Amino acid sequence: MTAIEVRGLRMRYGTKDVLDGVDLTAERGEVLALLGPNGAGKTTTVEVLEGFRIRSAGEVSVLGVDPAQGDEAWRARLGVVLQSWRDHNRWRVRALLHHIGRYYEPYATAGRPRPLPTDELITLVGLEGQAEQRVATLSGGQRRRLDVAIGIVGRPEVLFLDEPTVGFDPQARRDFHYLIHRLSDLEDTTILLTTHDLGEAEKVADRVLILSGGRIVADGSADALARQVEGEAEVRWSRDGERFVHATADATGFVRKLFAQYDTEITDLEVRRTTLEDTYMALVQREESGQTLPAVTPFGGAA
Amino acid sequence: MNAVLHATWLGVARGRQAFLNGLSNPSDLTSIVVINGSLLAMIIFRRDDPVPGLGVSMALVTLPSLIGLLAGFGGITGTALSLAMEREDGTLLRSKAVPHGMVGHLVGAVVLQLLNVALILVLLLVAGLFFVDGMTGIGVGGLLGLVGIVLLGMAATLPWGAIAGSLTKSPASTTGMVMLPFMGLAAISGIFYPISNMPAVLQGIAQVFPLYWLGLGSRAAVLPDAAAAAEIGESWRLLETLGVLGLWAVAGLIIAPRVLRRMARRESGADMEARKRRALARVR
Repeated sequence: MTAIEVRGLRMRYGTKDVLDGVDLTAERGEVLALLGPNGAGKTTTVEVLEGFRIRSAGEVSVLGVDPAQGDEAWRARLGVVLQSWRDHNRWRVRALLHHIGRYYEPYATAGRPRPLPTDELITLVGLEGQAEQRVATLSGGQRRRLDVAIGIVGRPEVLFLDEPTVGFDPQARRDFHYLIHRLSDLEDTTILLTTHDLGEAEKVADRVLILSGGRIVADGSADALARQVEGEAEVRWSRDGERFVHATADATGFVRKLFAQYDTEITDLEVRRTTLEDTYMALVQREESGQTLPAVTPFGGAA
Repeated sequence: MNAVLHATWLGVARGRQAFLNGLSNPSDLTSIVVINGSLLAMIIFRRDDPVPGLGVSMALVTLPSLIGLLAGFGGITGTALSLAMEREDGTLLRSKAVPHGMVGHLVGAVVLQLLNVALILVLLLVAGLFFVDGMTGIGVGGLLGLVGIVLLGMAATLPWGAIAGSLTKSPASTTGMVMLPFMGLAAISGIFYPISNMPAVLQGIAQVFPLYWLGLGSRAAVLPDAAAAAEIGESWRLLETLGVLGLWAVAGLIIAPRVLRRMARRESGADMEARKRRALARVR
């Protein structure tokens, strides 16, 4: 079943198109990572899906409902993790989670009791030691765990996370990845998260989407992406004091030919595999330099 | 509607919790003590100053006037500031992400102001019973009248505070656009000096706004009838008081939901980010 469906989403501020025809689909229980440079429109996209921002054009459906028309019963089925700052500073962690959870009580169903019991939730995000602390006294990473807890307190069917792991140490990051897997596997939650961390996208997401220049320029599983990327390599060398660069799928064959042709004239030879990051950078730079791309570049077919 | 009612009750719990959070916060507690302490000091200094021709002390006239002032201050400035701050710090957006969270948010803000004003009312009344001659004589009727006028005054001012808090851009601009006019109004509303000594123009302005009537109504509840001689028209003008405060309340309750809905609809994470950047720039 499709949880999120977006077709030709456009967002225009004045004369500037922030989103210029975004297409994306998420099946129930799927985890999507939305990557892209600052200002690419990641937050805007997520806010349109959350119903916080009215789009200029396009068709959007979340859990079968147009977010612009979504009522409170629809909202009760969503979880939202915002880029928070300093709200509820004086509340104690447990009291705040208990309070926010209670808003979901009228929306409990037989198959999905709401909200999550407060203590279970606190354990789930690893804030047992801070349950009685005031929010103002939490560290940045603990604060972000609290944000995630608030996002999932209503046992959402669709969860939006805007840069959820900012300020996490490696242990917190690993715990968070475990939590994401748990939510999608056990709770069948559909998750859309934005991130700057390519490694994180690779670890948690079923599919990686790259948003650049207001459009999705890449959409594929992290595996397919990686496989396609591993094939590409960059060969650099010098000849007659001049530097050359060549990208190729068959580095060994290319170098063999290079030596066959120029032999000892070749110096400073360097062969480098392109990383996931290189592909990302290349895609984004190509888009920013104004070169046209097809709306979606599949990475050698999704797995 | 069941879910709305549920969220309303959660709003009451929210306001109560916010009130308790404030009481256990050292800086909030300090400001409560300092503000009430200085007001109390003012009253005690005036306890032996008789008001010429009324047969009561300045303290007895000032005490109910101050209660009216503080109720209006809580209703307008307190509400406006707390809404503006909660918008800037992201509380509003958080409430928007929760089913019927906006209902809880607003009910919570109202309950918080009511509790704050109730606390001040109790503190000033208890202090008045000890330090101000004549306070012990107000009786149950006077007390109920005072509570009634304070509640009506809150109804007349709270919605306007919410409107002001929704229309201003930041807590700092709320302070400028709400607090300063309020201070000006307080100066001409017969809170600190009898309004009948003011120029007619200022008297006219003061009588348009709820603050003067809040003070007048509070004095009517506490002071003996003879003290009405110092007021405009030498009367407590009870009907006019109820009329003006009632009009402000009804108009506010009609306009406020529209303004609040518009404000809530427009609120988004990107807006909050922009405000956060501006706020941090101010701090640096």
